[in-house]
Amino acid sequence: MDNLRYKSVFDIIGPVMIGPSSSHTAGAARIGKIVRSIFGELPEKLEIHLYESFAKTYRGHGTDVALVAGVLGMDTDDERLPMAPQLAFEQGMEISYVPHPEEKAEHPNTARLIAKKGDRTMTVTGISIGGGMIQVTELNGFDIAISAGVPTFVVIHEDVPGMIARVSSVLSEHQINIAQMNVTREAKGEKAIMILEVDTPNVKEVIEEMKLIPRLHAVNFFN
Amino acid sequence: MFKNIEELIEDSKNYSSVTELMIAIEMEQTGRNREQIWEMMEHNLETMLDSVKKGLVGKKSLTGLTGGDAKLMDDYIQSGKALSGDIILGAARDAVAVNEVNAQMGLICATPTAGSAGCLPGVLTSAIKTLGLTHEQQVEFLFVAGAFGLAIANNATISGAEGGCQAEVGSASAMASAALVLAAGGSAEQAGYAIAIVLQNMLGLICDPVAGLVEIPCVHRNAMGASQAMISADMALAGVKTVIPVDEVVNTMYNVGRSLPAAFRETAEGGLAQTTTGRKIMEELFG
Repeated sequence: MDNLRYKSVFDIIGPVMIGPSSSHTAGAARIGKIVRSIFGELPEKLEIHLYESFAKTYRGHGTDVALVAGVLGMDTDDERLPMAPQLAFEQGMEISYVPHPEEKAEHPNTARLIAKKGDRTMTVTGISIGGGMIQVTELNGFDIAISAGVPTFVVIHEDVPGMIARVSSVLSEHQINIAQMNVTREAKGEKAIMILEVDTPNVKEVIEEMKLIPRLHAVNFFN
Repeated sequence: MFKNIEELIEDSKNYSSVTELMIAIEMEQTGRNREQIWEMMEHNLETMLDSVKKGLVGKKSLTGLTGGDAKLMDDYIQSGKALSGDIILGAARDAVAVNEVNAQMGLICATPTAGSAGCLPGVLTSAIKTLGLTHEQQVEFLFVAGAFGLAIANNATISGAEGGCQAEVGSASAMASAALVLAAGGSAEQAGYAIAIVLQNMLGLICDPVAGLVEIPCVHRNAMGASQAMISADMALAGVKTVIPVDEVVNTMYNVGRSLPAAFRETAEGGLAQTTTGRKIMEELFG
């Protein structure tokens, strides 16, 4: 019965989350957290662009607050979530909010975050598809697909030859199949990002082994 | 995994309880062991009970639109004058408490959604009092509710944007009712009838949140969902059956939801959201 929409009892009883909306609050926090994981550090500047329903109702749902909380590294159940803008200010992150209520987007709940630090810039688009489930659909202008529930590696590494081969050989040694793969970079020769969807969530040892690869900066795993 | 409620009822006969069936499926689907799964559910239980307590304090929401009703109901219950009885009104009060916490950006457990998160804890706290449920039975209550909720979600929808409030508070109320039936010693079949009774009574309920916020009428709808769950559980335990089988009722909820105009599916473009006052509130909040 793989085609059932809901497979876990915790899709129905859960998530534990800060209210008021699973799609507009919890989903937003998860989008923010993925942005933080991929960016790898606290941005100095964060631009939050909101579209459609996110643009129209974000204030009442705390969508803006939840996105910031996620970028600060908070989970959906973090009781500090409502204080996120204040905490961001204290940590020196400058935030601007840009709602686009009249503009069409690919999904009613779409947010595009632009994170900056020094001369680094990263753009990520995320959509909240309901019940706290999200997908990341764009990274630095490239179409990608990261969804909660699909085991996905996001590997940040130096843009030098041989990195893809090293990462995939670690996976193959552990008999882990790659379902889909995307590679993008900030600029030639700088930081590059590898996104790998795999078939199994059991990757604990693999993560540790990947971290030993020289010139690899960070390994994030989403499940 | 069971495809619908009829299969869930049949499959549960191969296990000592619906809870054991659900845990076995969860282990198979996620690869987690029994202890991990049990602990996750305990954490959800703890969150729910905490959110009830927090809601009884009577704080206002971010917008000031909701908050304080659970406290009013609590004081009224304490006065001993409740016409519908302490048990049912107590369930409604605790449901309101959870949704008021939700509107305050407090911590809740979505069951199945944040907007309908009050129904199940409301019914559970009442069951703890009337049936004297142990901690273990309280956790089982959530597994049972989750199992029946899965069967509803996979054959209909639990999203207000897709199926209106009948899909959110309707599903929450239905799964709470089923869990109550089993907690009271009823059969899985009777739990199925309780779901059918709840959903029959919820058909067509629209999702029309004022200013698009999970406040008006969501908070009060959870009171209705909790009380409906209790009445329907009692009816099923009394031996009342529905002529239309439960899975047909679930499918009907889906079909009715799909045919609701978009204005009545969480867009704030119809119903209470478009009353004179509803529009005024939207204007004041968002300009």
